[in-house]
Amino acid sequence: MSQHTLSVIVEDKPGVLARISAMFSNRGFNIHSLAVGPTHVEGRSHITVVVDAPELEQLKKQLHKLVNVIRVIELDQIEALESEVMIARVACDPTDRGTLGETAAMFTARMVDLSPTTMTFEVAGSPQHLSSFVENMRPYGIVDLVKSGRVAMKRLSEVAPVAMGNPT
Amino acid sequence: MKQKPFTGSHSLLRSLEHEGVEMMFGVPGGAILPAYDPLLDSPIRHVLARHEQGAGHMAEGYAMASGRVGVALTTSGPGATNLITPLQNAKMDSTPLVAITGQVASAAIGSDAFQEAHTTGLAMHCTKHSYLVTDADRIPETVHEAFHIAATGRPGPVLIDIPKDVLTTPTSWLTPTLAGLPGYKPTTHGHPMQIRAAIELIESAQRPVLYVGGGVIRAGASAELVAFAEAANAPVVTSLMARGAFPDDHRLALGMPGMHGVYTATTAIQKCDVLVSLGARFDDRVTGDVKAFAPEAKVIHVDVDPAEIGKVRHADVPVVGDARLVLRAMIERLLSLRDRGEAPPRGDWFSQLAEWRRDKPLRYEQAEDGPIKTQFFIERLHTLVGGEAIVTAGVGQHQMWASQFWRFRRPGTWINSGGLGTMGFAVPAAIGAKAARPNETVFALDGDGCFQMTFQELITASTEDIPVKVAVFNNGGYGMVKQWQNLFYSGRVSASDLGTTVPDYPMLAEAMGCVGLRVKHPDDVDVTIDKAMAIDDRPVVIEVVTDPDEMCFPMVPAGGSNDRVVMGPEDL
Repeated sequence: MSQHTLSVIVEDKPGVLARISAMFSNRGFNIHSLAVGPTHVEGRSHITVVVDAPELEQLKKQLHKLVNVIRVIELDQIEALESEVMIARVACDPTDRGTLGETAAMFTARMVDLSPTTMTFEVAGSPQHLSSFVENMRPYGIVDLVKSGRVAMKRLSEVAPVAMGNPT
Repeated sequence: MKQKPFTGSHSLLRSLEHEGVEMMFGVPGGAILPAYDPLLDSPIRHVLARHEQGAGHMAEGYAMASGRVGVALTTSGPGATNLITPLQNAKMDSTPLVAITGQVASAAIGSDAFQEAHTTGLAMHCTKHSYLVTDADRIPETVHEAFHIAATGRPGPVLIDIPKDVLTTPTSWLTPTLAGLPGYKPTTHGHPMQIRAAIELIESAQRPVLYVGGGVIRAGASAELVAFAEAANAPVVTSLMARGAFPDDHRLALGMPGMHGVYTATTAIQKCDVLVSLGARFDDRVTGDVKAFAPEAKVIHVDVDPAEIGKVRHADVPVVGDARLVLRAMIERLLSLRDRGEAPPRGDWFSQLAEWRRDKPLRYEQAEDGPIKTQFFIERLHTLVGGEAIVTAGVGQHQMWASQFWRFRRPGTWINSGGLGTMGFAVPAAIGAKAARPNETVFALDGDGCFQMTFQELITASTEDIPVKVAVFNNGGYGMVKQWQNLFYSGRVSASDLGTTVPDYPMLAEAMGCVGLRVKHPDDVDVTIDKAMAIDDRPVVIEVVTDPDEMCFPMVPAGGSNDRVVMGPEDL
């Protein structure tokens, strides 16, 4: 089973998300990540869905069949601009704050909360960037972690920039 | 006298009239009450069903017989949940349907109010699309969109749920448009390159078969199909949903393929080198084991629904489009090639088909003294009505025999529940068909098990003056279930025996205002049919007491390869 990212433009109407998620479950596909938000066009929403599926053709066609779905684009990893936001709470004695803060800075993670035993960071970027951040935080002990769904858009430039991982 | 304000209800009725609705089928109730008041002043005829499921199947029967959109009107809660089966039935068989349900008042939604159900949520899985109308001003637009979606592309059911307060709110009429459907644009014209590729493949075929599905009937493409089959000189198999799309007495007609299909039709697909699927969806009842299905065939798949193409079987030449328009384009392409020659004769193929036809015909044995075989009754009925009737069926053995032994001549004369397999479909569907086609004889061919699920709609038929005829084949049980138990469960007959004596069908029929007849002996079949045909002022029910042990063949056991068609018990 492989992961695929789909960019779906829909009419912003009640029940659209329910229809889409119902279609996924009806046809036996598993949603890995889902993010919904308005676009710059009035009445249009953009849904980014990451799905575990052996193949996408049938899924794309079934999505297209939904009356409120306007466009479905499959994004492969190279041509996708992908981004996620994560908030991670990491265990931290006051003595470790310096080193933890330095590591976080390398990922342009922003500290958003501080307690005597934890530091909490907000970090945004590509899925690879976020998983790399998580790996570097793991030794300290991750207390809590929440991720937004992945949002994605098709890249128009011919060559992917080198620093794909870094959003800034 | 003060003039009544124009409310959501008036707007709903006016919208339905605007769509050309002449008839609808429904049952009133609390939440939909406001809509029933202006109905009294509307030219639309309302047929009062005795159960919402009946109303839904009537609307389906109406749609299938007329080619128009069927309309059902029910209340909230149970009124809506009782419609779920017809909605799913219509979805599976691509029947254009608009269901309108009342909903509790907007402010009460989500509060578990009396007769509340989350109707649009329930309908999400069994409709092509659904609406919850929250603003009375949007009623005309919503109804217009619903009819458009139901009838175009791959047809299907659309539900409109309207809260009671929206029906009572003052509003105004606005001529609706389709501006609100940016994501709905069915492809109707096949791509010219694909059509060229298809024709090239068909012309080069040694052993082609046209595999026709219900889409050809929905597209109104029967005349084009006959013209194309003749121009291509290719034999035609018609799926259960396509019976009537191609005349059974045509030299190219092979009949129905699949689980209980005609040997020649099933085997022709297995041996063909090019399979042209037209508005069919490779249902498991047609394919059997998909891996063993039509192993040598290159597949041309024509369907208006792109999601059907490649869903079950890889298509070598996919063509997305409306069956009628694609067939026209294919005929045109074929004839333009024909300036240079005649259709390939394919003599070997046709002699092979003729041999199978001769050696493996449909058969049954009718003993002179009875019991009556359902197949025999169906053949006699066909003869005595001169083949001119609309027949409906329930689900099971009688349905398969009806499909096998009725010789269909034209589309819209076979109305059954194919995809969902809804027992109890025959009687209400017949009422809908007769309402649509009052000048035709409409005969429901039903099993005793099916009949017991929906017979109360015969009260509707009597009181609404819709004189359908019903043959109830009483073999005292769920015949197909019993057949499977006999074949696959060592004859352990569990919960499939209904007994033959209760109910007393003629008495039951009389109690519902119908004429009740009973026939037990083969010699009396003709006279009973004649008697039924002579009555046209009331519905007629004939109880046909049939052989309880008769099994339906040919048969390909579920999931088996279509290479192994079981012709009778001796093959098992």
